[in-house]
Amino acid sequence: MSVAGVREAITQACHEEWARVVASLTRRFGDLDIAEEAAAEAFAAAVQRWPADGVPPSPGAWLTTTANRKAIDRIRRENKRGDKHKEAQMLSADDPPEPPGAIGDERLRLIFTCCHPALAMQTRVALTLRMVAGLTVPEIARAFLVQETAMGRRITRAKAKIKAARIPYRVPSAADLPARVGGVLAVLYLVFNEGYLATGPGTDPVRHDLTAEAIRLTRLIRALLPHDGEVAGLLALMLLTEARRTARVSASGELVTLDEQDRGTWDAALIAEGHRLVRERLAAGVAPGRYQILAAISAVHTSARDIRDTDWPQVVALYDQLARLDPSPVIALNRAIAVAELDGPEVALAAIGRLEDTLAGYHAYHATRADLLRRLGRSQESRAAYGKAIELAGNTAETAYLTRRRDQLP
Amino acid sequence: MQYLVSVIHDTPNPTTPAEQAAIEVFDDRLKAEGHWVFAGGLNLPGTATVIDNRGGEAMFTDGPFLESKEYLAGFWIIEAPDLDVALKLATEGSKACNAKIEVRPFQ
Repeated sequence: MSVAGVREAITQACHEEWARVVASLTRRFGDLDIAEEAAAEAFAAAVQRWPADGVPPSPGAWLTTTANRKAIDRIRRENKRGDKHKEAQMLSADDPPEPPGAIGDERLRLIFTCCHPALAMQTRVALTLRMVAGLTVPEIARAFLVQETAMGRRITRAKAKIKAARIPYRVPSAADLPARVGGVLAVLYLVFNEGYLATGPGTDPVRHDLTAEAIRLTRLIRALLPHDGEVAGLLALMLLTEARRTARVSASGELVTLDEQDRGTWDAALIAEGHRLVRERLAAGVAPGRYQILAAISAVHTSARDIRDTDWPQVVALYDQLARLDPSPVIALNRAIAVAELDGPEVALAAIGRLEDTLAGYHAYHATRADLLRRLGRSQESRAAYGKAIELAGNTAETAYLTRRRDQLP
Repeated sequence: MQYLVSVIHDTPNPTTPAEQAAIEVFDDRLKAEGHWVFAGGLNLPGTATVIDNRGGEAMFTDGPFLESKEYLAGFWIIEAPDLDVALKLATEGSKACNAKIEVRPFQ
């Protein structure tokens, strides 16, 4: 096999096997730290040995065996040093095994532990990317514009808390499952959005590495919890958003809004898959959660060949449904954007006027207001609103777009 | 595994009879389900005295070691197999005593 072929096999093995290796080691040794380190050593061994020895017939089994051996080596080393506390520090995984089926997958335990509500949101994100997605600490630090040492400390502290407070290594009971799945999805959506709306002056406007990672993890959860409607909804939402990724930023690095995007460049395969998932949820006949409704809105947009063909009454109806579920001002703002298409900018402007108190610090509020004022010919007010939006926007492509729009005002 | 479940108050109002009754119901539940280790309500922080004998000569200071709006009003020590169980109990406890609660594992 060529060098490139081996490298490809290692990357693929990392994507497919990392979480499984970490999960099974955590289960066996009751210690996330040992599992993470041994898995990393096993993958390093693969990088060293596979080019010479060839890729083993079952890479997953090779990695698991190697990682197990590394973990046992480490435990022996530490026992020699007289560390007798190891056993007392084991994670509690002594509950009876779950009945067989998708829910019994080791990786689910790992995901629920990393996304435990007793951990801060940023910590859950970092831990999930490290333990489940297999990103390195420097990669995660770069993704969130944090110093490597600070990110390392965050992950170390999280592992220490999991151990000391005894955060269990198991899939939550059926009664707790919906809320806990919601917590996992929130982590994945945050990773996706950080990729899709990357912030920071020096960063690419879209971080494909993060959106791809979020989609990969959501696919994994979908495979493990195939009957959860919100998991399907979030995956559909991500796919339908990702499908428009390349059309969303111009060659000069400026945001291209939905109405100006070249719809021919949208990824047809991703859209087809997203639409399939949305249809599947509609057929299920169960009241949808917020991700499913957001996915349905995205499906309406991606069904239109031209902005003028968009079924705006349907979009507004879906936002109404979403607002009943989540009466947050951000949802109301997005609803108003759709209302502007249906009932005109004047009606929309009146609707967002009520949101000023709560959204005064949110760039999208000012950007929406600026656009509505522009359409109403109120240039002076529009210019001021664009100014505020530019001040608050963190995404380079968005700033470029808003600046051009402001400068084009009559 | 034992956890310290601290009750955090931010007003100096005494516990109401209704809260006291709810706390007793919760205490009984802890005992019945085998989670009970110990519990107690504390007097107001103003009744505290801080002692520092690190220098060989004991220093006494009137008042709590930390002046803050929030203070420890009482606590439970509970026995629970893991944090999920401890958090579930603490969620009930917070409702019973109508206060914010901190859960912290013993070493």
